[in-house]
Amino acid sequence: MEFIDVVNLLQEKLGPDVNIEIDAHASPKAIVVPAPYIAQVCQLLYEGPDMYFDYLACITALDNGPEVGTLEVIYNLYSIPYNFQLMIKVAVVRNKLGEPLPSIPTVSHLWQAANWHEREAYDLLGIHFTGHPDLRRILLPADWEGHPLRTDYIQQEHYHGIQID
Amino acid sequence: MHTISNKTGEGGVVMAALEDLLNWAERSSLWPITFGLACCAIEMMGAYASHYDLDRLGVIPRNSPRQADVMIVSGTVTFKMADSIRRLYDQMPEPRYVISMGSCANCGGPYWQHGYHVVKGVDRIIPVDVYVPGCPPRPEALIGGILKLQEKIKAKLTHSQLQQEKSRA
Repeated sequence: MEFIDVVNLLQEKLGPDVNIEIDAHASPKAIVVPAPYIAQVCQLLYEGPDMYFDYLACITALDNGPEVGTLEVIYNLYSIPYNFQLMIKVAVVRNKLGEPLPSIPTVSHLWQAANWHEREAYDLLGIHFTGHPDLRRILLPADWEGHPLRTDYIQQEHYHGIQID
Repeated sequence: MHTISNKTGEGGVVMAALEDLLNWAERSSLWPITFGLACCAIEMMGAYASHYDLDRLGVIPRNSPRQADVMIVSGTVTFKMADSIRRLYDQMPEPRYVISMGSCANCGGPYWQHGYHVVKGVDRIIPVDVYVPGCPPRPEALIGGILKLQEKIKAKLTHSQLQQEKSRA
């Protein structure tokens, strides 16, 4: 199986409404999917007997900064029977201070691994996964303020009376 | 009667002030609360085990803060953990001592600049008597710290003893 075969197959199944882009610089090569369709795309990748991406290795997220104005979620998939790796990138618009968090559909109903990985992305970068069964902070205390891996994160001065810096 | 003095032939009486005797007993049986936070705890476990054998200094880990004399803070103290540490310390009976083991517990260590989640030194939440430097310190260094604490208890310079002295005065 080649990367381009996967892209063509996926595009064919999705129809002309959803446009899949390619990021050939990424390693492994990535497809860029519009945020609202990520669950649908993942379902096709997961279920199709001709692709069978049965293993979600990792979900990670990154902040492109306030100038670019986007946050990215990156999925690393692996198809065990076809021995093939695929990266999916999704960009969402960054919220400003006081605005609600950007949201993106969950894939935790497809891969159990996504549950904790999405919680981590929520905890550290502030991305809301709609449909997630239990979207709480996973690493930081529940009453922590802000999302520390954002580039414009402002640290609180005290936590429970303990000076932070 | 087969007592030790009969066996050795050295009968006798030891004279000591009660306070000194208690001080000697206290520093010769420092019981730490079983409690580890990060990689320093691995070195601490090494120090407890047969190679270094902290038992020969009277250091026996206890599994309840109520029975413990000393808290060895071995590892990175995160804000999430800070409340629990303070609570465990509060549950320990007086006199109580604290050994801060390793760079993280001493001052935040490698998390000093960007570690938003790390308490920059455990002395921000509980009073520390002995700081053991290292990342992580070897078991020898921890044993050195325990010996240092014994010296400090003998000289009555620990936080707990000074506080007691102050309340008496």
